[in-house]
Parts: sequence; C-alpha cells; structure tokens
Amino acid sequence: MRTKFFALLAVFALAGSAVLVTAARPAGGSITGKVTFTGTPPKMKPIDMSKEPYCQKLHNPPIKTQDVESGPGDTLEDVVVFISAGDQGSAPAGTPVRYDQKGCQYIPHVAVMMVDQPLQIYNNDPNAHNIHPLPKVNSEWNKSQPPGAPPIDTKWDKPEFISVKCNIHPWMHGYFVVLKTSHYGTTGADGTYTIKDVPPGKYTLTAWQEHMGTQTQEVTVSGGAATANFTFKAMPY
Amino acid sequence: MHDMSAQPAVHHHSPPQGFIKKYVFSLDHKVIGLQYYGLALAAVFIGMVLSWLMRLHLGWASLSIPGLQLFSPNGAPGGVITPEYYLSLMTMHGTIMVFFVLTNAPFAGFGNYFLPIQVGAEDMAFPRFNMMSFWTTFVAFLVLIAAFFVHDGPPIAGWTAYATLSSVGGISGPGEAMGQNLWAVSIALFCIGQLLGSLNFIATTLDLRTKGMTLARMPLSTWAWFITACIGLLAFADLLPACILLILDRTAGTSFFNPAGMVVSDTLLPHSGGSPLLWQHLFWFFGHPEVYIAIVPGFGIISHILPAFTRKPLLGGMRVMIGCMIAIGFLSYMVWGHHMFVSGMNPFSAILFSVPTLIITIPATVATLMWLGSIYGANLRFTSASLFCLGFISVFISGGISGFFLAQPAIDTYLHATYFVVAHFHFVMAVAAIFGIFAGTYFWMPKMIGRMMNETLGKLHFWLTFIGVYCIFMPMHYLGLAGNVRRYASFTDDYLVPLIPVHKFITIAALLTGAAQLIFLYNLIHTRWWGPPAPDNPWEATSLEWSTTSPPPFDNFGGRHLVVHQPPYEYSVEGAPTDHIMQTDPGPVVAH
Amino acid sequence: MGKFFAVLLIIITLISVYPIVTHMWWMPAAVSAHGPEVDHQLDETMVASGILFVTSQFVLAGFIWAFGNYKGKIKHWPGGHKPVVAFAIILVGLEILSLSFVGSKVWASMYIAKPDPRALHVDVQAEQFAFFFRYAGPDGVFGGIHPDKINDGNGNYFGLDPENDVAARDDIVVGSLTIPVDTPILLTLHSKDMIHNFYVPELRIQQDIVPGIDIPLHFTATKTGKWEIVCTQLCGLGHYSMKAYLEVKSQSEFDDWLKQQSGD
Repeated sequence: MRTKFFALLAVFALAGSAVLVTAARPAGGSITGKVTFTGTPPKMKPIDMSKEPYCQKLHNPPIKTQDVESGPGDTLEDVVVFISAGDQGSAPAGTPVRYDQKGCQYIPHVAVMMVDQPLQIYNNDPNAHNIHPLPKVNSEWNKSQPPGAPPIDTKWDKPEFISVKCNIHPWMHGYFVVLKTSHYGTTGADGTYTIKDVPPGKYTLTAWQEHMGTQTQEVTVSGGAATANFTFKAMPY
Repeated sequence: MHDMSAQPAVHHHSPPQGFIKKYVFSLDHKVIGLQYYGLALAAVFIGMVLSWLMRLHLGWASLSIPGLQLFSPNGAPGGVITPEYYLSLMTMHGTIMVFFVLTNAPFAGFGNYFLPIQVGAEDMAFPRFNMMSFWTTFVAFLVLIAAFFVHDGPPIAGWTAYATLSSVGGISGPGEAMGQNLWAVSIALFCIGQLLGSLNFIATTLDLRTKGMTLARMPLSTWAWFITACIGLLAFADLLPACILLILDRTAGTSFFNPAGMVVSDTLLPHSGGSPLLWQHLFWFFGHPEVYIAIVPGFGIISHILPAFTRKPLLGGMRVMIGCMIAIGFLSYMVWGHHMFVSGMNPFSAILFSVPTLIITIPATVATLMWLGSIYGANLRFTSASLFCLGFISVFISGGISGFFLAQPAIDTYLHATYFVVAHFHFVMAVAAIFGIFAGTYFWMPKMIGRMMNETLGKLHFWLTFIGVYCIFMPMHYLGLAGNVRRYASFTDDYLVPLIPVHKFITIAALLTGAAQLIFLYNLIHTRWWGPPAPDNPWEATSLEWSTTSPPPFDNFGGRHLVVHQPPYEYSVEGAPTDHIMQTDPGPVVAH
Repeated sequence: MGKFFAVLLIIITLISVYPIVTHMWWMPAAVSAHGPEVDHQLDETMVASGILFVTSQFVLAGFIWAFGNYKGKIKHWPGGHKPVVAFAIILVGLEILSLSFVGSKVWASMYIAKPDPRALHVDVQAEQFAFFFRYAGPDGVFGGIHPDKINDGNGNYFGLDPENDVAARDDIVVGSLTIPVDTPILLTLHSKDMIHNFYVPELRIQQDIVPGIDIPLHFTATKTGKWEIVCTQLCGLGHYSMKAYLEVKSQSEFDDWLKQQSGD
C-alpha cells in the first residue's frame, strides 16, 4: 500500500516537473543548412611569414590566406548565418568569446559575438602582436600585446562586421562579427551551420561571407528543424 | 648703431602692489625670468622621469613598474610599458626637454632676468609683451601635459612629428588622434610666446642701453641672448605655420603633407597632392636653428662666467667670440638638410648641405680654443660655477666631434638614425647646454634671490654629474657604430640582442646621475630659505648686475641711471689697484 | 681640486677611446661593393677625430692641472689669439675640404650615379610594420600598383590587379629579399603609409622610403649570407619590430629559388 502511494507520488512529481520544464522552454526549433558556391573562387595564397621565424617554422607548408575558405563539395567555411529580421526570443549574451593569436594567426578567423558580450583576446606567441580593429560604427582602437601580457578584455556596443588586423604581422586578418541576435551559426569545414533554440515563426536569414558579401532568404520555423541553404557566386578575382 | 643712448625709452611703471601683481601677473622682467626658470625646473624633472621610464624599459623590456598602470592603464597594463607607450614617453621627453627646458631656461630664464640689467635698463622694452610671453608659454606647457590624460595617450611620432605618421590622425597609431592635436596646439602657442620674447630682447638690446653702454661693451651673455633672439625670430616664425598646416591636414582634410594613394591599415585615405618631405623642410628649417638657440646662450653664459674665475678676459677678447656666435647663427640657417641626407630629397643637395655643416665646425672650434686658451696662465678659481664652465668645454668637445661624422653624407648613410646621433645631440644639448644652465644658476642665484648657494653641495653635484653623463652618453657612440637603431621600444632583432647589456649599463648610469640631481634641487630649496645672505658682488665680477644689490630693487638700480665707462671683462688689468674693474668705474680706459 | 679634475679628465678620455681602438662594439663586416670606401671614410674621420678629441681633452686637463689655484702673475697665450684662430681655420678647413672631396665621391657613387643597366630589379613595398618584395616573374614586367586594390588580408600587399593587368599575374611577392651575389641590384622603394627606411648595416646603405615617391636604391652584395633589413624611420608602434631578412645566394641557388617561386 505504502509503496504504491510513493510510486504514484514519484510519477506525478516526474510528470509535473516535465510539464514545468517543457512550459519554461517553448518548442525550440533550429535552422540548419549548408553554404556552397558556384563558379571559381579566387586562389588563396600561401603566407610568407619569414619576418617572424618562430611563426614561419610552425607552418610548413605555409598556411594560406583565408578570405575565401572553400572545401570539398564546393562548401564555404566561416560563413556567418544569422536572423536579421523578425527575431524573437534571443538569449542574453553568454560566456566571453575567446580570440587567440597563435602562430601569427587569428583563431578563429571569424569570431561572432553579441553586442556587449565580453571578448577576450589572448596572445599565445612568444612575440608581440598588435590588435587593430577597423570599425566604422564602433570606436576604433589599437593596442599592442607583448608576449606574456594578460588578455585584452573588451566588448562592442553596436552591431557591425569589424575587420581586424595586426600591423606587426600584416597578413594576420580576421573579423569580429557583432550581432544583436543570439540566433547565429558559423559554417564549419564541411560548410554546414546550425542555429539552435529558435522559437516558431517566420524569419529573414542573412548569410555573410567576408569576400562575397551577403545573401538573404526567408525561413519558417515550426518546432522542428528548418533548412536554409545558401549558394554564393564565386569569381576568380 | 648709436654709441650712446640718452634716457631709456619711457615705460616707467611703479612698484607693483599685492601678491598677484608682484608674483603672478608681474610686469617685472626679473620675476618673469624666475617664472621661466621655475617652469624649466618643473619641466626638466618631468622630462627626466620620462627618461628613467624609457631607460628602464630599454634595459628590461618586460619589467613591471609598480603603479604605472594607475597612471596609464592603456599604456602600461600590469605596469609593463607597451611599445606605443614607450614612443609616447619618448615623444614627450624630447618635446618637453627641447622646448620647455633648453629654450626656456638659458634664453627666456636667464636672458629675461639679466639682459636688461646687463645693458643698464630698468626693464624690458615691452613689459606687457613679456608677461604675455611667459603666460603663453605656461599655457602651452599645460596643453602639452594634458596629452598624458586623454584617452589614447600622448602622441607617438617623436618630438620631430614627421608626416605622415603625424598627419593622418588616429589611424596611424595610438596617441595620434587627440594627443597629436594637443602637441601641435601646444607647440604653436610656444612659438607665439617665443616670438614675443624675441621681439623684447631685440628691442631692449638696441634701444634701452644705458649711457656709455655701446654694443661693444655689452657682456658676451647679452650678445648671446641678442643673437639667439634674432635666430629665434625667423625660426619660430617658420614653426608656427608648420604646426597650423599640420593641424589642418589632421582635422580639416587638407593635404599639405599627405600624398595620394595612402593606404593605412587597409584603409585608403582621401588625401592627394601633399609631400611628407615638406614637413621635414619646414620642421628642420626651424629645428636646426633651434638647437643653436639652445646652445648659443650657453656659449654666452660660459664666456661671461669663465673670466670671473680665470681673472682675465677671454682669449681673443670680445670680437672673436661675438664673431663666432654671429657666424654660427648665420650658418645655422644653411644646414637644415643635414637632417635629411637619406630622406629621399635629391642626393645632390646632400653635398650642398654638408659643406656649410662642416664649415660651422670652424666657429665652434675657434670658440672652444678661445675658452681653452683663456685657462692658460689664469688664476683659475674652482667654484661650482667655474667647474661647470670647465665641464662645459669638455662635453662640448665630445659632442661636437661626433657631429663631424654625421656631417658627412657618406658616413651618415651608416650612422643615420642610430644611437650615434642620440649620443651626439645629447652631449651637445642635454649635457653641454644643461651645464650652461647649471653654471648660470650657481653664478647668478646669489644675485637673483640674495642668498649664497652651498658650495660643497654644488661641487659634489658637479663631480657626480660630470662622471655620470660620460657613463650615460659615451657608450651610445659604440652602440651607434654597431648599428643600433634609435627610437626602438625594445631590441628583438638578432643583431641587437647582444647589445642589451650595454643598455643596462646606460640605464643604471642614468638612474644614478638622475638621483644626483636631487642634490641640486635640495641646494636650491635650502638656499631659498636658509642660505646665507649674498653680498652685491660675491665673485668680484665686473658687469652691471654686480653693481646693484642682491637681489636688485624692482627698477634694477634703485633710481640710479648708471653710466658705463669700461668693457665688460677688465680683469687683472696691468697697473690697476684691484684685479677687476667694474664697468661703471670712471677710471682710465685701458686700450686693448 | 685642479689635479683631481685633470686626472679624471684623462681617465675619462682614455676609457672613452679604448672601446673604439679595440673595436669592442663595432660595425659588422661590410658585404657590399661600396662598403670598403664608406669604411675608409669613417676610419679616416675616426683617426682625425680621435686625435682632436684626445689632444683637446688632454690640453684642458693639462691647463687645469697647471693653473688650478695658480696665484702668480697672469700670463696670456703666447702670440695672442690670431695664430690660434688662423690655425683653427686652416686645420679644420683643410680637414673639411679633404673629407668633403673624398666623401662626395663615395656618396655620389651610391646615390647619384645611375644604376647598372643590367641590374636585377626588385620592387619593395614598406608598410606598418613589414617589408614585402616583388620580382617581375617570367614575363620580366612588373604589374601596375593600384592603392585601392591593396588588401593585406588576402596577400595583395602591392595592390596588384591580376584580373585586368596581365603583367601582374606572374609577379612574385615574398617576405624576404633574396638576391644573387656579385650582381648589381636595383630596388625601387615604395611606401603605402608612413615614412619607413631600408637599412642593412652590413651593406652600408640606408634610404628613407617616402609615401608618394618611388625611390631607387642600388648596390651589389659581395658575400653570400643572411642579414637583417631594419626600419630606421619611426613609423608607429611596431617600428622596433619592422624587419625582413636579406638572403644573398650564389647565382645558381638564386636561379633555383626564383624558379621555385614562379612555380607556386
């Protein structure tokens, strides 16, 4: 008798918490897709790092420029896909975004963050770098980071696609993509992206590639996974 | 030139009343002179601290200086000086020292105080201009110091502020936005102050000499201030518009110095039609005369003080030294291109500029030989003032000789922008010109504040400083010969790393020599309040400042209009009752 | 006190001269054809200056020793000032004339004389804070420079336009200056932003690189080896780190290297 009572109580408790949990999070959908290109993309050039022997030795053969990172199946890496209109249910900015300088390279090449999200920039090399973001809307700054220096803590207060470079190693180039929304994803080496926790609704999705510009499409999310693929037109120059 | 001036030009002003009129907005050239000297004293200590920070970083690049991050969180995170902050410190060090110390103290400071007295006048020709010139200079100093406190820090382009680093605004580097603007405004204001001052010096020298004070009877210090004022009039009149053009390029979109097609950090700039070399011409046309503005008063001060402690006039008398100073002043306008041998201007012009640069060696050598020859057979007296005069001769020789190398374009192709240049200009400016200021201080402080300085402390100050400056700046010649490039925040190149131990030695010498200057500061402060009273003529010297009280009354001579009969350096005259004859002595004038 | 001062002066003078005489820290060996002439000029100047420096400091020391606290009758320099002034003018004047005359020849051979018509041309781009070097490639023609096309991020340091400019397609752009030994080299120096400088101490050559001007610089390297090219004109926060390597190879090694670059 007693065992039956406690078992029922446990079932009700579990069911109740399941209801509570599912009530707290609406039926979250996601958007996935693949970004590809047609045509011939520009040839990426090997980077001559001979002015910095430490970095030159690390990359043998040398790494290539990264303004168009294409992969097998004509996929594109480092394309940022985000909800540009109709956004709702955006989560607040999360943990700090980490930007590394390693082997005279920015890792990741494109760092995506939200407005006011903390950004931490680390120098992992035995030589100095300077970080020189070149915004047009946000405030420009330029700071050097000697080896062993503490990370630079910063953030951006307006949405923008900000080009960033190192002047000491002029080949070092990357982007800070500052967005209002938390609904974004970046394509990986296989060209696919995923945007999680999207409430049901109709949205405009924008895909941004640093060299080939932007593309938009409408997408409707209704509880499951919606798909949105993008195809960029590549030119050799 | 008139031989005798009758009454001085009408400008009588009654003694000032109240603290503000007496010590703040004073029309009295003596107060203004001391104000300039005080400003220079504050500036030199700031400039010296900046040099300590620079030298510490050069010796130990990852050194954390406790507390520096409070002063500049961007410039020195964790107390470690960043490369951009090193350049800021270097820019402010050079600017403060060249403008606010070396142009202020020997010329505006001592010159303001003593030129009217030495010519027998009651005050400068334009006392209001004089007051305005000091306060303009003071505001210029505040504007410059403000650069430490703006968000992006002080400018990083050096005291020479070459375009295009200085002419495109913040995109060329940290400190190049507001910091560089403040610098340009400060220097423009400084030029205005100096122009007002130069006008005063020239008018006073030509028009306010007392009866009997012919130009030939003016002391060599007065001649030096007069010649310096003439040099300065043209030089600062060139720098002022240059700064205005720089401000326009940076803020109004003009292109005086910015050519077309500039891409700074991947950003194509809209300028077109300018020449970066134009800035260099404008700057050095001022800049080279400026360094003679810094040293010619020193020539005058040494030439004025040395006879009092050798008890004989200079070898060559008045004419040779005056001739040297005039020749140097004149030639100083023909040599500016020697800063630009490898600048990209027509290489043929390098030969043209090299010749007058080498020729300027001649009056400098003659002057040095006159000082040297004056010691021969002298009743040499050792005081703090005379020690600094003798030290001046030694360091001026050292500094001048390195100039001989740099004056030749073929050698400059190796030594340009190395520590050899840094050694050269520090020896002649930071050491020789400063020695002139020290000599002037020990000699004239009793007259200015009516109290004797402590001679023991003064001599100790001299010995430590003399040894110290050789330890700091002589090794820089060797670094330059090894190819050590200047204006580097740290030494990471393969061929420079082995030279770092020499830099460490220099840093330690600099810190110790800097500490020795505290003896001088203590001596000044102690003298001001507790020094023994000074007589009218403690050094048994001859010029007009010693014919009045210590300190002089507000109108310099207590209502007397002195009449001058003698040349200024009548020491050990054959058959005279004393070993010095005052300029006011009516006794027979000995033919020279 | 006079004796102490005199002794101190002598000690300072001797200690100052010692590192020069013993070449304790000295110029690296010259590796260019004009280098020995520059060194000769410098050595001549050093000897003359050394003699002047030591003599004048010793004379100062000697006078201070002899006349410090001398209480006797004042003596004047025998002969007065006129012979001294004349001596100074003649001595310094002669020194100036000879050094100028010889020195101008060296200078002219480096900076005024026309480069060898068979010189190997290398284009140099200076920017904050690196040097890049361009070879004309198999077609022997340099592509045009277009500032609006400059993009460091994708390796277009010179602003080439290969899409529209055929000559630019085979241009070789690298981060080190590789040249053959004993071959006249002609560099054309460009800057895209600040004034920089090309300085190789071993080559005994230095030249500011000015935005808006294309500046030629020619030399011949006489030894193989690897040295640093450093910037000596303050150009911003990274000035101290602005450098590239100069590699002088034998002719055959250079030909191999160039062929390899064209293949990429």
